[in-house]
Amino acid sequence: MNSPLSGLYVHVPFCRTKCPYCDFYSVTDLGLMDTWLKAVAAEVQFYRNDFPVCDSLYLGGGTPSLLDEDRLGPLMEVLQGEIKFTPDAEVTLEANPDDLTPARLSFYRGLGVNRLSLGVQSFDESELRLLGRRHTARQAEEAVAMARQAGFANLSLDLMYALPGQTLAGWERTLQIALACRPEHLSCYQLTLEPGTALGRKYGQAGKTLFNEDAEREFFLFTSGYLEGEGYLHYEISNFARGESRVCRHNLKYWRRRRYLGLGPGAHSFDGRRRWWNHRSVVRYCELLTAGKPPMAGSELLTPEQVRLERLLLGFRMRDGVELESLAGREEDLANLASRGWLRVEGGRARPTIQGFLVADRLPLCFSD
Amino acid sequence: MPNIRNFSIIAHIDHGKSTLADRLIQATILVPERLVRDQMLDTMDLERERGITIKSNTITLPYVAADGREYELNLIDTPGHVDFSYEVSRALASCEGVLLLVDASQGVEAQTLANLYLAMEHDLEIIPVINKIDLPQADIEGVKEQIRQELGLDPEGAILCSAKEGIGIETLLEAIVRRIPPPAGSPDAPLSALIFDANYDSFRGSVVSLRVFEGRVKPGDLIRFMSTGNVYKVEEVGIFSLARLPQPELGAGDVGYLMANIKTVRDTRIGDTVTLDANPARQALPGFKEPKPVVFASIYPLSNDDYQALADALEKYQLNDAAIVFQKDSSAALGQGFRCGFLGLLHLEIVQERLAREFGQSLIMTVPGVRYEFILTDGQMVAVDNPQHYPDPAKIQQTAEPYIRAAIMVPERFVGAVMKLCTERRGENPHFSNPLPGRVELRYDLPLAEVIIDFYDKLKSVTQGYGSFDYDLIGYRESDLVKLDILLNGEKVDALSMIVHRRRAREWAVRVCERLKEEIPRQQFKIAIQGAIGGKIIARETISAFRKDVTAKCYGGDITRKRKLLEKQKEGKKRMKMVGQVTIPQSAFVAVLKSGE
Repeated sequence: MNSPLSGLYVHVPFCRTKCPYCDFYSVTDLGLMDTWLKAVAAEVQFYRNDFPVCDSLYLGGGTPSLLDEDRLGPLMEVLQGEIKFTPDAEVTLEANPDDLTPARLSFYRGLGVNRLSLGVQSFDESELRLLGRRHTARQAEEAVAMARQAGFANLSLDLMYALPGQTLAGWERTLQIALACRPEHLSCYQLTLEPGTALGRKYGQAGKTLFNEDAEREFFLFTSGYLEGEGYLHYEISNFARGESRVCRHNLKYWRRRRYLGLGPGAHSFDGRRRWWNHRSVVRYCELLTAGKPPMAGSELLTPEQVRLERLLLGFRMRDGVELESLAGREEDLANLASRGWLRVEGGRARPTIQGFLVADRLPLCFSD
Repeated sequence: MPNIRNFSIIAHIDHGKSTLADRLIQATILVPERLVRDQMLDTMDLERERGITIKSNTITLPYVAADGREYELNLIDTPGHVDFSYEVSRALASCEGVLLLVDASQGVEAQTLANLYLAMEHDLEIIPVINKIDLPQADIEGVKEQIRQELGLDPEGAILCSAKEGIGIETLLEAIVRRIPPPAGSPDAPLSALIFDANYDSFRGSVVSLRVFEGRVKPGDLIRFMSTGNVYKVEEVGIFSLARLPQPELGAGDVGYLMANIKTVRDTRIGDTVTLDANPARQALPGFKEPKPVVFASIYPLSNDDYQALADALEKYQLNDAAIVFQKDSSAALGQGFRCGFLGLLHLEIVQERLAREFGQSLIMTVPGVRYEFILTDGQMVAVDNPQHYPDPAKIQQTAEPYIRAAIMVPERFVGAVMKLCTERRGENPHFSNPLPGRVELRYDLPLAEVIIDFYDKLKSVTQGYGSFDYDLIGYRESDLVKLDILLNGEKVDALSMIVHRRRAREWAVRVCERLKEEIPRQQFKIAIQGAIGGKIIARETISAFRKDVTAKCYGGDITRKRKLLEKQKEGKKRMKMVGQVTIPQSAFVAVLKSGE
């Protein structure tokens, strides 16, 4: 059932500065880069036989565009040396607009990177400052133009909404400018105040959002309606693609419970049965690998019930939904949710409607006692 | 036998009974250091925490008196709360005398009187004991005057002591020996012994506490329980020291225990008479009252699968608490459960807590009620203690509810507040008296139903803790009753129905709807909470549906984090009950009882 083709993720845990909304793991001590690079090269040795062929590679972070040519080149060389990639493999690199230059972009192309995910977040200057971003709206637009120039035919923009003080009209302006760039893919995240982040502390409501439920709904529904009207497929809660072929192949592996190997501090892996995760600390991660040990911090073997729960929790986040088999014995619940207009049964699958997306976190619980 | 003394200590709650018991034990038994602790007779955690005695415990104190002879003093501990007067009566029937404990600073209180009357009914020798004489606010002369006037006892015979400081303990022990008569009865007569308590030992079966009045009993004897006719072979007899202490036999006058491999818990009936099968007593011992439950509530297992476990737990529990009665009950909302009768609200709370702590039962308990009487149009009288059995309103001719006479003792400055409370609770027929300077005793006739829910808490709060409260049931009075139903999205939740007075129905309906609104989490649809009498809606609250519940990010490949969160929510859901389409947390059924300010 699991495709033999896996995904490979590499976590680049370095940032020039910490963004006040982000709780992904990163450090600002760039002096650790070389040690990290060696460690990743060592880590891949542990798993090369278990994940022999990949059809996606995702360099995420942190800020992968912080890696200069002398480091990114050798990294790609190591990865491509140990793991076989299919010829059509999707190779994504996350980049900050202010890191990009024409030379850097053509270097990426030369390495085989065929998809860029740009951390734009907003096209409003005051919002960009609030989010602690180092680029301007103008720089973001220029980055897109440069990427096109360099031949990138698959661009994704990261945007955020429901920001402090933001109005629906303001969000629409950001979307308009984004659409003018004709990106193949958009990730639109509602701001969540995460514990331990500067914004979380500032607004003092970790885990919460800034708006009331009705305003959040409005943002969410507006975003979906607006982008679908422009021809984008709202294929996951926060993700939009210009057609099926532009859906992010790598992220789909997470959501469809396909195999993926995560390298780097804090990275997560899944081999179809077992999940494991690495130590988050760069230092600890590097120490273990230097000592010849795998940097694993923990692992779990999933029970059938856990598998079922994962299928539902991930499936209901996608327009595709879940196979009806996963809901066997719960036909009554299914009928109930369908009559509420949250799920639609078609093509042997239970698919969430846009109303279903709005309550996706609840849906799995509706199928358990 | 002339060297045996059987006695109890009776007192108002908090007047220092457990502390005095501790002192008597320490003065007579060499207690190993590791066993010394406060309130040694209060074995249950719950008793220590609440500072009250729930179950009576017995202990034999060896004492060498001033006359040089050795005595066996059997102290039978009694509970001090108004709910437990039945347990008190069982203990008293096994005694020849009592120590009547009065707090030197608080004086005679309602419960002191109630217990004194009980002791007098049993014709016991009464030794007044004035405790806490070391307190600066102790008013020994005032209390002596009260003892004379209110109790009609000779205050010159009162023993002055401080259990806390160990003052007067020796004098008290001598008084017990000299003033309490030794038990009568002949060891050679046919065996006649009274079961006044029982505990369950999972290895040995029933451990029966008994008082031997006539004859003797020893291991190997075939004994008969007179009410059931069941015959058992005695395995062990003994006395209660700090632990059970086996003896060759128990004879007339002795207080102790008996084990006879009694496996079926129902077979040990508190109040039963034990005799010898071969040579039975001519008649059973008199004097025991059946426990009379006055408060009723249903309990349900949280999960329907646990019904049998709850049934077993209740059965075992009943052996330790003869006062609880229960029978099967079922609810459309909550499934199979039990309708239970309790002595009072404290008793109810204690049962609930002990079932949870000692038997690991997760319970849902419904709103407590009383037993109402209905005269139907065909002249038939029906008693209803379960709102589910409320008669067809069209056939009800007359309704009646139980009343109590409440005796409330408060410092003068709180009289206004207490009167207001009693009026709110439909109190009638007030009487006032001044038993002590500065203190007022208010007597009110109150419907029992108005008292069982949070009356005592309210009283404590409006009197800043100074009010004491005692009551007697005084029978049924005509009333105007209705059945209040609670509906969730139009569906009646039978477990939330209650019988209330018509005048109080709206107030109750509003209160329950408000509580439920706070307790029921928002769900995928709007929930209407309604209070209704017949078809008429008299209160309403709405819980809006949640309209958005989704997190933007799935944290990259970290599926574990997201799943664990969901697993936690799933666990939480297990503690919920589905009523129709609505999920109700266990807490909601209890919350409707909480008073809102």
